[in-house]
Amino acid sequence: MTGAVDVETVFRAEYGRAVSVLVRFLGDIDLAEEAVQDAFATALRDWPRTGVPPSPAGWIITTARNRAIDRLRRESSRDARHAEAARLFAPDTPAEEGPVRDDRLRLIFTCCHPALSLQARVALTLRLLGGLSTARIARAFLVPEPTLAQRLVRAKAKIRDAGIPYRVPRDADLPDRLGGVLAVVYLIFNEGYTGSADLCTEAVRLGRLLAELMPDEPEVTGLLALMLLVESRRPARAGEGGEPVPLPEQDRTRWDRDLIGEGQELVRRCLRRGRPGPYQIQAAINAVHSDAATARATDWSQILRLYDHLMTLAPSPVVALNRAVAVAEVRGPGAALDLVDALDLDGYHVFHAVRADLLRRLGRRAEAVKAYERALAHADGTAERVFLERRLRDLAGGPQV
Amino acid sequence: MKYYLLSVIQPSEGTPPSAEALAEIMRNVETFHDELRAAGAWVFAGGLHGPETATVLRPEDEDVLITDGPYAEGKEYLGGLCLIKAPDLDAALEWGRKATRATTLPIEVRPFLHPAED
Repeated sequence: MTGAVDVETVFRAEYGRAVSVLVRFLGDIDLAEEAVQDAFATALRDWPRTGVPPSPAGWIITTARNRAIDRLRRESSRDARHAEAARLFAPDTPAEEGPVRDDRLRLIFTCCHPALSLQARVALTLRLLGGLSTARIARAFLVPEPTLAQRLVRAKAKIRDAGIPYRVPRDADLPDRLGGVLAVVYLIFNEGYTGSADLCTEAVRLGRLLAELMPDEPEVTGLLALMLLVESRRPARAGEGGEPVPLPEQDRTRWDRDLIGEGQELVRRCLRRGRPGPYQIQAAINAVHSDAATARATDWSQILRLYDHLMTLAPSPVVALNRAVAVAEVRGPGAALDLVDALDLDGYHVFHAVRADLLRRLGRRAEAVKAYERALAHADGTAERVFLERRLRDLAGGPQV
Repeated sequence: MKYYLLSVIQPSEGTPPSAEALAEIMRNVETFHDELRAAGAWVFAGGLHGPETATVLRPEDEDVLITDGPYAEGKEYLGGLCLIKAPDLDAALEWGRKATRATTLPIEVRPFLHPAED
């Protein structure tokens, strides 16, 4: 391995930790980022010659800290800003109740603060904890890079100027605030599901980090399990043209057994705690799918029971739609169609695709064709459209009922 | 410590609360102010007369022009304000939460440029 490759590896693994330590030390996110980037630039220059130090993360943090001190001494105008920032953060920050936690945990709660827009939370989390470049985040979310850069600048200014604190929320606020953090991670994952795959990788990394830092929160474990189980099907869920392959038609030998094993173990572990939540239940549903060697062998009554539970914990039309799919397997497409028709999801292409499938199974072909056409009208991605067009063709060419 | 402005966002239209409801709101706001004082977070608070009582001054060359009326007509106006001292936004938002419950109106929280003395 060359030095450059080593620096890249260390960067991906340690950028978030280094920034979070430096934010606490400097009380300012911009100064922290500059210092850490300085340190990595030094590493790029020196490591090929000196070799990788025994503790690369420690080296980066120490170097960044020294660089920051040098810089602050050199630029007197910065001193005022630093002093101001330090007054806002460090001395006022009350001692944490309970054990001292990882700085990255503070940083993620700052990045996902409810006073920031959702877009800003996502961008900040990917930038500061994931170490993703502005260009890469912009590409993944299909926004122009200057727009994303501006979003980051504004969010960091608000953190500084409004005094968004750098700490883990107190216990009374934790359930709410943690929910916000998990929502950001899951949003990143879902963006990656339909778009840029490295967002899924990043979301799983963040999920692992949270699970490591907050091992006693079953919903954190549940979210990680959910992402791992969904991710395990990545090799099987797209056809050659990138079009989605629905679960029953996937080649299950291509599912990633390691991810499934890990995800299922996590599902068991968190459900044992007896504090179920929406992520845990969704993970459990995915675990049941992963258990089935063939689509036919799926334990749909178990899945339906889990959806019933999910509807009591987090009812939504989309959950109701997914539950109807399970109802179709357990009680037949007629019962499912009644449920689906009662939903108000006209703008959602999956709603029409599910209806179309149920109508097809009921032999109501003309209505099924219409429903597929409506699904097509609402589908946004090309891959989705290819899939729906194929369904429509199959229906047209199939045997007359 | 920082200063934060809690602005009470009052709708221009709609039915105003009944006399009893208003009396209860006033009691709750008073309790909220007492709580601020007890916590040492109090700086200043007060309700405002309606925007129809507003007068606007603006620079006009060397002169100052006086006109009637609010600076901008809107669906909402500033109904009152509360200036507090808080260590960070989370603490300010906690006060804002209490203010919104007491007034039954939306509250906007904004930081001041300069820090407060401790």
